[in-house]
Amino acid sequence: MTTQTALQTPVNRYGKWYKVGVLVLLVALYAWAVSGIPFTGIQSTAGEVARSILYGMFHPDWGFVYQPGGEDLLRGLLDTLSIAFLGTSVAAILAVPFAFWSAQNLHKYKTVSGSGKAILSLIRTFPEVVVALLFIKAVGPGSFAGVLALGLHFVGMLGKWFAEAMESIDLGPMEALTASGANRLQALWFAVVPQVMPHFTSLTLYGFEISVRSATILGIIGAGGIGTPLIFALQSRSWSRVGIILLGIIVMVTLIDYLSGFLRKKLV
Amino acid sequence: MAAKWYKLPLYNFRRERCYCGAKKGRFDGPMIEFQSVSKVYPNGTVGLKDIQLTIYPGEFVVIVGLSGAGKSTLLRSINRLHEITHGEILIDGKSITAARGKPLRMLRRDIGMIFQNFNLVKRSTVLRNVLSGRVAYHSTLRTLLGLFPREDVELALKALERVNIRDKAFVRADQLSGGQQQRVSIARALAQGAKIILADEPVASLDPLTTKQVMDDLKRINQESGITTMVNLHFVDLAREYATRIIGLRAGQLVFDGPVEAATDEAFAEIYGRPIDKDELLGRNGA
Amino acid sequence: MMTVPSKVATRSKSALTTVILFLLLWGSAVRTHTDLGHLVSGIGNMGDLFAEMVPPHSKYAQKIVNPLVQTLQMAILGTSLGGIVALPFVLLAARNVTRAPWLSWPARIVLNLIRTIPDLLLASIFVAIFGIGAFSGVLSLAVLSFGIISKLWYESAEAIDDGPLEAMTAVGANKLQWIAFGVVPQVLPIFTAHLLYTFEINVRAATILGLVGAGGIGLYLNNTLGLFQYQNTSVIVIAMLMIVFVIDFTSTKLRERLL
Repeated sequence: MTTQTALQTPVNRYGKWYKVGVLVLLVALYAWAVSGIPFTGIQSTAGEVARSILYGMFHPDWGFVYQPGGEDLLRGLLDTLSIAFLGTSVAAILAVPFAFWSAQNLHKYKTVSGSGKAILSLIRTFPEVVVALLFIKAVGPGSFAGVLALGLHFVGMLGKWFAEAMESIDLGPMEALTASGANRLQALWFAVVPQVMPHFTSLTLYGFEISVRSATILGIIGAGGIGTPLIFALQSRSWSRVGIILLGIIVMVTLIDYLSGFLRKKLV
Repeated sequence: MAAKWYKLPLYNFRRERCYCGAKKGRFDGPMIEFQSVSKVYPNGTVGLKDIQLTIYPGEFVVIVGLSGAGKSTLLRSINRLHEITHGEILIDGKSITAARGKPLRMLRRDIGMIFQNFNLVKRSTVLRNVLSGRVAYHSTLRTLLGLFPREDVELALKALERVNIRDKAFVRADQLSGGQQQRVSIARALAQGAKIILADEPVASLDPLTTKQVMDDLKRINQESGITTMVNLHFVDLAREYATRIIGLRAGQLVFDGPVEAATDEAFAEIYGRPIDKDELLGRNGA
Repeated sequence: MMTVPSKVATRSKSALTTVILFLLLWGSAVRTHTDLGHLVSGIGNMGDLFAEMVPPHSKYAQKIVNPLVQTLQMAILGTSLGGIVALPFVLLAARNVTRAPWLSWPARIVLNLIRTIPDLLLASIFVAIFGIGAFSGVLSLAVLSFGIISKLWYESAEAIDDGPLEAMTAVGANKLQWIAFGVVPQVLPIFTAHLLYTFEINVRAATILGLVGAGGIGLYLNNTLGLFQYQNTSVIVIAMLMIVFVIDFTSTKLRERLL
């Protein structure tokens, strides 16, 4: 008897009604969610367009890969890479002071690191596309706006990652440097920097991977890169061009991921 | 001149003679002086209680006591890695308790420290680790650019030679064994040109054989250069083997202070509050 | 002495790395028409824009309640749809569940390829197919979630304890029973946590899909910017921040409780 009740207690903790309650809640949630999405007005041509896109994907416009005179795939991809590279580099440099500011183990008071982390998280919350839109308004459309947007957004990301990397280091060498009479800057330089450098480099490479993905879409809203010809091709319904651009993006992103992954493995 | 500091026979004449209660030196005053030093933690725990202690140049002092007795606190209060709450500590006649900023760093520059976990930058080369002991001698900008003068590099290499690992100078520190890493940190203190070496449980993470090598290095440097050495040790037999003077701490209080001959089993039993336990002996009989 | 690496080799290697980095930076700056002066003036222009955005036009908040709600609804549906479609793929791609490389490898390749397509690009394609509206948004979020969640799921499925699986084989269970009793109980909490995490990402994505006409608050952002109603823009931006913050916070708390 006693063993049986002991066994049953954990199972019965929430009871059957709990499960029913969750189920009702879920159903209500989905009913509510579906109610907000209009299912009318879906293009009657949807099937046809989808088929054309698929056709375009499998019959890409190879001529667009390289055109001597103008805006072609390779140049678009190069622009995208440039935006991502420059944005990530600028962000990596700017993120370092933020990381020192927000790493908890380098400060006596939690409020110091807490305030740094709050700022970083505020920066991160802005989607890069929104930032890019604002920058387009400020500096005009083009790659430059994209660089600024990615730069700002990735300060938030890299700053957070850098700070976390710094929080995981061994503080012993810092103590040794302090004990030998080094000032704070010297102690950081000799004890902390060598420890965090490989982490920072690896994280920056990872950030670059992500920013390449982000950069491919910046052109859709006018911030330069391969997104611009893509949105034109979509609007003019030249599906074989859409196909080749998509293919280009997939190949580029895969290559960058592979390359960066290889480099990061070598670093650790 | 600086390059040859360790060749000078400074303080050697007093070696092994200045244990507790020794009279003020003929040429030099005390090296470290504790004047009624106490430390109370914010939560009320007493770390050190009214410590009155004078260490003379060239002494090899071993501090013993149970863990938590305040050995580490005592040692770390000397270079102010730990703050004290009452009293004053003088280094070579100058108060480190009152020092701030640059004067504090100058005082710390004269005190080398060796840690249980070596505290080396594992990803840097051995040479760079040793050179990092020299940063307090130069301007911030110069050190950040890595522009150490030639003499410093030679000094660092000589220091490595003295602990027999010169051939490892360009190897990354994490390639070295524990004993070798600890010798790098001794070299760091040597290159620093310290008058005092503080060693906080320097052999606690080493095996018995490397323990002996590291302790021998410390002792040899103490004898050759007359560097005042203070070591926290867990092992009673090691303390007896290497110390010229033994200090016993119990619950933050100084309960024993005398030459190594006076540190009998009874005296240790008094320090520990119980007879010596087996794991307080390294177990090498008169190695 | 054998272990001593040549100082010259190390030096020239790092010098080469520096030169390459600088060349890449310089090339990127040329391609994107960026220079330092441009950078400074750009930040100045941004400051001017910010000045025009304050004070936020608080009355506008009422107008964006509906699109904000729709953003959330899109994210909920998109995540769920993506999760449902992902499940069979996950079981295929997890090597300890599907012990047939000729099945798990193609499944993985498909998943990897899908993950390379960014959110806004998916939305542009779906808008081209189905027309402007939240329905296209839901579908793009579904594909986006599918890509994210399937990877998270199959990786955690591969990390489960083999013991219960062996036990199920030992009692003679068929494949479905084997999954239901050996796999599902082990992965349920972590799968739910991943689902919530994907939901967080989806909420962020949903706020911007409107920029290409796929429903939600993003459309309004574009409109106010186009009409130079910057004080309304700031209301939208604040609303976006709030919704992302609130969702991130609650979801993180829930995930902590799950794990």
